[in-house]
Amino acid sequence: MDILSAYPAWLITHGAALLVVLPLLLGAITAILPRERLAWIVTLIVTLICTAAAFGLLLTIFGGETQLYKMGGWDPPHGISYVIDGLNTPVLLLISAMAVLCTIYGLPSVAAEVEPKKRAPFYGAFLIGVAGLLGMVATGDAFNVFVFLEVSSISTYVLVAMGASRDRRALTAAYRYLILGSIGATFFVIGVGFLYMETGTLNMADMARILSDLGGGSRAALIGFGFIIIGLGLKLAMFPLHMWLPGAYAYAPSFVTVFLASTATKAALYLMLRFTFTVFDPSFEYVGTVLTYVIISMAVLGMLLASLQAIFQTDARRTLAFSSIAQVGYMLLGVGIGTAASLSAGYLHLINHAIIKGALFFAVGAFWYRYGITRVEDFRGLSKMMPWTMGAFTIGGLSLIGVPFTAGFVSKYNLASAAASNGWWWAVGVIMATSVLAIIYIGRILLIAYFQDPPEVDGKVVAKKEAPLMMLIPMWGLAILSVVIGLNAYWMDRAADGAAQVLLLGVGG
Amino acid sequence: MTPHVILRVVSKFLIPLIALFAFYVQFHGDYGPGGGFQAGVILAASVILYALIFGLDEAKKAIPPSWVRIGMTLGVLVYGGTGVITWLLGAEYLNYSVLAEKSYNGQHYGILLVELGVLLAVASVMLAIFYAFGSREPDLSDEDW
Repeated sequence: MDILSAYPAWLITHGAALLVVLPLLLGAITAILPRERLAWIVTLIVTLICTAAAFGLLLTIFGGETQLYKMGGWDPPHGISYVIDGLNTPVLLLISAMAVLCTIYGLPSVAAEVEPKKRAPFYGAFLIGVAGLLGMVATGDAFNVFVFLEVSSISTYVLVAMGASRDRRALTAAYRYLILGSIGATFFVIGVGFLYMETGTLNMADMARILSDLGGGSRAALIGFGFIIIGLGLKLAMFPLHMWLPGAYAYAPSFVTVFLASTATKAALYLMLRFTFTVFDPSFEYVGTVLTYVIISMAVLGMLLASLQAIFQTDARRTLAFSSIAQVGYMLLGVGIGTAASLSAGYLHLINHAIIKGALFFAVGAFWYRYGITRVEDFRGLSKMMPWTMGAFTIGGLSLIGVPFTAGFVSKYNLASAAASNGWWWAVGVIMATSVLAIIYIGRILLIAYFQDPPEVDGKVVAKKEAPLMMLIPMWGLAILSVVIGLNAYWMDRAADGAAQVLLLGVGG
Repeated sequence: MTPHVILRVVSKFLIPLIALFAFYVQFHGDYGPGGGFQAGVILAASVILYALIFGLDEAKKAIPPSWVRIGMTLGVLVYGGTGVITWLLGAEYLNYSVLAEKSYNGQHYGILLVELGVLLAVASVMLAIFYAFGSREPDLSDEDW
């Protein structure tokens, strides 16, 4: 490919390690930089390089190559190997690209929301979080996943708590996230421990081989699977395990909310896919049972109940947070049905939802930045006060509902047709019902913003004050992207189909 | 007479020995149990003992918090930097074999450097946590109890 030939060769051959090492090391340096502007510039450059590397890796994947990077030159299964294949590379690109957009948005937003002394460490923690997420997606070693899961979690706890200078409730939200997140990580590592007991290896590909030789393994593997599903379920906010999510999303700085909503839960969902389909196999009896009965029922319950809860929230950020839990349900439904079409649709929804929710949370953050409002009833007349920001919010909202010609429509349509071709018409009904609920909770905000007059202060209508350009660029970037995907989803479909292929056939795994 | 004279004298004897033992554990890590993590904790413990006996302010004079912050970063950078050097020498990340002409020498130097980074990072982080908790103003003064 042409673009690929412009890349320096080392960026591709060492890309897998570079993605993790660069933000990790520079995160440590950034934390002690004396000036926040310097820290911001370093963060921007690092995330840009990561995005370039991830894009290059994606091009090699489209070119039909997969990569195995041996850390320290030790051969798998003894050494830690990083695997770059069709399943994880789109997620790598998603994480690093969202990190770039968040950083751009962060220049005005962090200055408004975080205390001056804490801004350079804030960027440091952010970079380390990026490194953790990229690491847990790129690695092919089950224990290494746990290490990076903790690296990313600990830095996100810190980032959520940084919201305390805006709203003290961020501290309790961060504490709750810390407790539940640690339980999730512990469950995960217990599960990996059981798997190690069963297979005697930590390399995922090796585990998969041994497990399939054993035909699913003994009860130890079964228990390990249970622990891993619960642990990752906590991390990705699967329905009854989502209690940490609304608080963390609502009270974290807007920068962090966007980053969490569009990357952290997505990386955990990727891990669930990776473990359920490539380490274990849906043909094992217990895995099939869990997928059909547990994952699908949780997905459907989450879609319905969290959407209902979203309708009754007074705070716009909490509305969007509950909507995120419902959207996780869609992705899990795709996972649970377990056909190539449904996996591809679920995977596509993972990426599309990250884009859509990113745009929505960017916009809500900008409303707070200008007017200090987060309650839905305070959104009166925002379409006149901040037309551009409200425009991006509207496109994101329509996309979330699944209006045709938006990204949300493509993935919901694919998911519904995958369910229908499996004969699961009730699942199609649930998708329709939750879309109607989404119309209610998004429509409620849009109605107030468009059809009520701006409030008056001291007898004068509140002046129009558009969000700064640095906020509008990433916001509109995502909004336009969601429309582009809605019009032509060729590349997205190709990436998602590639991922589904890795999941079902183990191609390149 | 200062209070706790026995504690002060005994710990003055012990602190250098504890610090020395930390380095024994550090370099013994090559041949047996031990290594950077344990050594870092022991090294930090010697400073923490000093702070407990002579007070936090004295300890902060001996090891200023700014050093601790730099130590944390430096530790990570020594570890990660070793990997970057192996990159520049054309091998995989943290492939120590290229650090010397003979690969077993390279492995030896590599692990020494990495363990040094771990020592720095762990000792500094332990101290940073101790300083952070120790510097908190008590909500109740001792007389109020």
